[in-house]
Amino acid sequence: MTAVQDAPEAQKEIGRDRRRKEDQRLITGRTRWTDNITLPGMLHLAMVRSPFAHARINGIDTAEAAAATNVVAVLTGADLGETQGACINAWPITPEQVTPPHLPMPSDRVAFAGEIVAVVVARTAAEARDAAELVDVDYEELPAVVGLKNAIKDEVLAHPDLGTNKSAFWRFDSEEAGTGGNVDAAIEKARVDGVVIEREYRQQRLIPAFMEPRSVVVDPTGEQVTIWSATQIPHILRFALAATTGVPESKIRVIAPDVGGGFGGKLQQTPEEMIAFAVGRRLGKPVKYTETRSESLVSGHHGRDQWQKLTLSAEKDGTVTGFKVELLADLGAYVAIVGGGVPVLGAFMFNAIYKFPAYQFNCQTVLTNTTWTDAYRGAGRPEATFGVERMMDELAAEVGVDPMEIRKQNWITHEEFPFTTVAGLEYDSGNYEAATARAMEMFGYDELRAEQKRRRDAGDTVQLGLGISTFTEMCGLAPSRVLGSLDYGAGGWEHASVRMLATGTVEVVTGASSHGQGHETAFSQIVADRLGVPFENVEVLHGDTQIAHKGLDTYGSRSLVVGGEALVRAADKVIEKARPFAAHILEASEDDLKFHEGRFQVVGTDQGIGLTEVATAAFAAHNLPDGAEPSIDAEATFDPVNFNYPHGTHLCAMEVDTETGAVKMRKYVCCDDIGNIVNPLIVAGQMHGGLVQGIAQALWEEAVHDDAGTLVSGSFVDYLLPTAADTLSFEIDHTTTPATTNSLGTKGVGEAGTIASTPAVVNAVVDAVRHLGVTDVQMPCTPERVWTAINAPGRGHDGGPATQEAAMPHFDPDAEPGPSSTEGAGA
Amino acid sequence: MTRINLTVDGAKVADDVEPRMLLVQYLREKLGKTGTVIGCDTSNCGACTVHLDGTSVKSCNVLAVQADGSEVTTIEGLAGTYDGGDLHPVQEAFRECHGLQCGFCTPGMIMQTTALLAENPDPSEEEIRLGLEGNLCRCTGYHNIVKAVQHAAAQGQTEGAGS
Amino acid sequence: MIPAQFDYLAPTTVEDALAALAEHGDDAKIIAGGQSLLPVLRMRLNAPEVVIDLGKIASLRGVRDDGDAIVIGAMTPHAVVGSDPLVAEHAALITKAVEHLADAQIRHRGTFGGALAHADPAGDLGAPTLALGAEFVIAGLGGSRTVPAAEFFVDLFETAIGEDEILTEVRVPKHTGWGAHYEKFVRVAHQWPIVAVAATVRVDGATIAEARIGLTNMGNTPLRARTVEDALAGQPATDAAVRAAAAHAADGANPPSDLNGAADYRRHLSTVLTRRAVLAAAGG
Repeated sequence: MTAVQDAPEAQKEIGRDRRRKEDQRLITGRTRWTDNITLPGMLHLAMVRSPFAHARINGIDTAEAAAATNVVAVLTGADLGETQGACINAWPITPEQVTPPHLPMPSDRVAFAGEIVAVVVARTAAEARDAAELVDVDYEELPAVVGLKNAIKDEVLAHPDLGTNKSAFWRFDSEEAGTGGNVDAAIEKARVDGVVIEREYRQQRLIPAFMEPRSVVVDPTGEQVTIWSATQIPHILRFALAATTGVPESKIRVIAPDVGGGFGGKLQQTPEEMIAFAVGRRLGKPVKYTETRSESLVSGHHGRDQWQKLTLSAEKDGTVTGFKVELLADLGAYVAIVGGGVPVLGAFMFNAIYKFPAYQFNCQTVLTNTTWTDAYRGAGRPEATFGVERMMDELAAEVGVDPMEIRKQNWITHEEFPFTTVAGLEYDSGNYEAATARAMEMFGYDELRAEQKRRRDAGDTVQLGLGISTFTEMCGLAPSRVLGSLDYGAGGWEHASVRMLATGTVEVVTGASSHGQGHETAFSQIVADRLGVPFENVEVLHGDTQIAHKGLDTYGSRSLVVGGEALVRAADKVIEKARPFAAHILEASEDDLKFHEGRFQVVGTDQGIGLTEVATAAFAAHNLPDGAEPSIDAEATFDPVNFNYPHGTHLCAMEVDTETGAVKMRKYVCCDDIGNIVNPLIVAGQMHGGLVQGIAQALWEEAVHDDAGTLVSGSFVDYLLPTAADTLSFEIDHTTTPATTNSLGTKGVGEAGTIASTPAVVNAVVDAVRHLGVTDVQMPCTPERVWTAINAPGRGHDGGPATQEAAMPHFDPDAEPGPSSTEGAGA
Repeated sequence: MTRINLTVDGAKVADDVEPRMLLVQYLREKLGKTGTVIGCDTSNCGACTVHLDGTSVKSCNVLAVQADGSEVTTIEGLAGTYDGGDLHPVQEAFRECHGLQCGFCTPGMIMQTTALLAENPDPSEEEIRLGLEGNLCRCTGYHNIVKAVQHAAAQGQTEGAGS
Repeated sequence: MIPAQFDYLAPTTVEDALAALAEHGDDAKIIAGGQSLLPVLRMRLNAPEVVIDLGKIASLRGVRDDGDAIVIGAMTPHAVVGSDPLVAEHAALITKAVEHLADAQIRHRGTFGGALAHADPAGDLGAPTLALGAEFVIAGLGGSRTVPAAEFFVDLFETAIGEDEILTEVRVPKHTGWGAHYEKFVRVAHQWPIVAVAATVRVDGATIAEARIGLTNMGNTPLRARTVEDALAGQPATDAAVRAAAAHAADGANPPSDLNGAADYRRHLSTVLTRRAVLAAAGG
């Protein structure tokens, strides 16, 4: 037995529920949100935004605003010219894609309500706002096109010069791809001797609604222009700034300091950032712009917004034979940075965990005069999961079996992994049976079914419904070759470096950019285990292009599975670089050294040296092998070979008040397989938060534009985020089949809850009232829609009436009270 | 400009302010108390919650001039109201229970929690959830926030609340 | 997020406040708790030149017993009203309505009179004060006058308070021993009610002797459901009897249509919520 083998095993960091390193500053208010940054002589920006969804700009009179107190400049798109750059679309989904040019501040025509037409620069934010009210814009209103089904007719055009609202059509066909059969043939056969389910579902438009409004500070006073921004994508923003303004990338430094949530909503290169950059450079002074919540809701990109026409074919016994998907996806007024790529991500997920022999996905992207859309938590996969999981419930109802049975009958069994799907992906690992068994046990499925029957039999006012979602997703964006094959404009690798400091601490630099996830904690755990150093001695640096010079940022559940693997590889390189130094110092052969828990040990002896001691020796460089480079720091760039595929079974019980249509969640349990877990506390937090965002799509949230293109749900009064009082405590658990495509065996978790939960909730709502003739309720399942579906079952498929396009008038300027009655506390 | 005198986190301050300046703007811009943040413009989100003369208020919904003569406690002074360490027990509970992710709503959540526990030291889960209905969080799904409040209540050490 | 410029006055007496109001007229706005006014100012939906703060007038705060009525000062915060034992004993309907009004922070800062003067049809206090037959004491330079609740609410955001007047207190006739319930229907907790029903009943044995019912957000002002009240009088407090009476809840109502529901749906809701409110009030 060697000394090494005798040593007690230190507790592994990976798997530990470490409290977060980030929290000390966040719970004490010692934070660095972008809006907290103040620089000497800093000027403030206020945006003048179009109230019209579509209008020609005949003139902008800035004279009065420019003459206002402490106003430094009032600038229009014409004033900024080419210095404003452009907002890029990084993923043209077809070579023929129709892409309107997108200037941050157009000077001739606005294409959505909220678009910026002028910027006021003043010494204080208040003075900038005051002067913004004085800018007089001469608009000539143009007809606006709102809503996918209007836009597809091409009668009113969002951009008249383009001649069409249709941006791109993208298809995947399993027969053409050689991954399956002919879907139309499968459907035709089923019409004769099987089952065909045809449904149309609405994926309503959502707003990411991160809690920190976006903010940008530009400091042009150094050799480099420094930009602080509340962004998920500092590296991509730097690239886009350079690529569209001609400023060398090396002259731009982007910092994402503390960032208050994103959920995809901050993965944009925004007009506001471009304008602040141009104004800062033009005036040579630091400038700041912080949006209000109302501005955020109207101008930050929205998510979802699809109509889904779905056709599923099956044999009479419920064995699926084909799935055809026809999507209309609303891009809004411009094709955003990912834009039409979001619905295309769904192409690979509509088949989900099921063995469809034939599959076809069609997506038509469409331009409208509304706020642009892009990725929102899940991005394409929640839409797909919703579609297929709703359809599986409908198939079960048609065949007359329990909805879990229909899933078991059709899913990939655990013996069949790795499994190449009809969409062409190779699922590396998974065990749907195990996760489902655990979830069913936690839920008490059979007891709840019995209660449901009792309530139905008794005709209770409050009915109970059970909803299932057995989902999978693809995450860890992304293998660069796959992205290339889809015409995405960049790769999907991630970069990391590990610096061994002379004093024994370790600096880890990652190209991923945290905005609440807990990278500093989880990455410290990984490195602590890998290098055998204390968790406390690892410092994770990120979110600054000057420190983390290389990276592709954070979205698509990629930080751990791509960025974490880069970190592992960099750490391993450190060990390998340190090995010859250790051998030299110990006067031993490298082959006799074993690295264990932070020490190089000469096998069979008690001689050894710690890695941090080697780091100190490398720093001093007094006693290194001849010709050795005096450094053991290392970096690595990891490009994944495949996505990874978390999966899970989510079960939801909903109570429906049949008299009012009100719905109430009774119970929610889930068992997810996300591979190996680095920090269970952080994982649980990601699950809880993800679940509520998905549940909120099912029940509460909807961005509504009126016919004129005005965003009606334009504040938190009308865009309904749930509160603590509207939600419940969840029961979550995990089964584990490690991913085979990264050395930690981890899978993504950031989006899983959001992707899985929405159909579970809607399935439960429909299940509660299916015996009353209801087959669908459109999202969000408002009490009014539920009540209408129950009381007019014929309209159930439509989900009841369209939402009224009006908000409550609490802050209505036209309903102005008299001077002595202006006040109150009804808020 | 209107002259105001108030006590913020234990320190007496005096300033000439525009009457239109909101208390939250005064805290952030004049005093550098940037721990208190602005999350909305309709008073729904509660991120700006502070204690004004011992009760929780949304500091975006109070004019700085209205706070003249008052005592204000922000997240930055909360620990100072509790003579048990560097952190108030509610702050400690949020960390212990992972009751925050991005942390933007956290100052408001913590300030409202301390006010809630001052009024009701042993709340049920339902009372906790209703007590926090004026604070929006987009990250946590509220699950661990509720746990954190329960944890703090169980510690039974809320002497500093509402000061 | 930043209001337009205004001048600020903080009088310490009602007389000074009235004088300031007389001086500035149309250009002035009164601020009480400010929980509805400040959002309006922040979004620049209104831009008064002068804001007159009633916060320093001590006489406007507090709850007192005045024989057959309790009197609530206009500047009494919701949280104080909600926990006041006199209110709970003699006007339990108000206690119930305040309990879930807005959120805790707003209940700490917002005021009873301010909310009523704001006259948001979705506000939670109009229906209970109307149902309880409250009287509104309104001060002007020429003295005070008293307006019954039925005449106080004039239209959307409009009350009987004149341009040169101030609401000083609300007198609520004692309804000692009456059961009360405020049934509020929302999609998320922090919302204004889509519809709410304020019901208070005097139960004699198993019979509803008298009922008073107010409706929130069923028209431009709070409404009194008199048909239901009349139909309930003398009826047993049973589901069937109350259901029959509550079916008339929307008679004469003209509810709005908005993101949360069409007018017809609100009419339906009001009948269900009225039944539930009355049964809850009668049950204790």
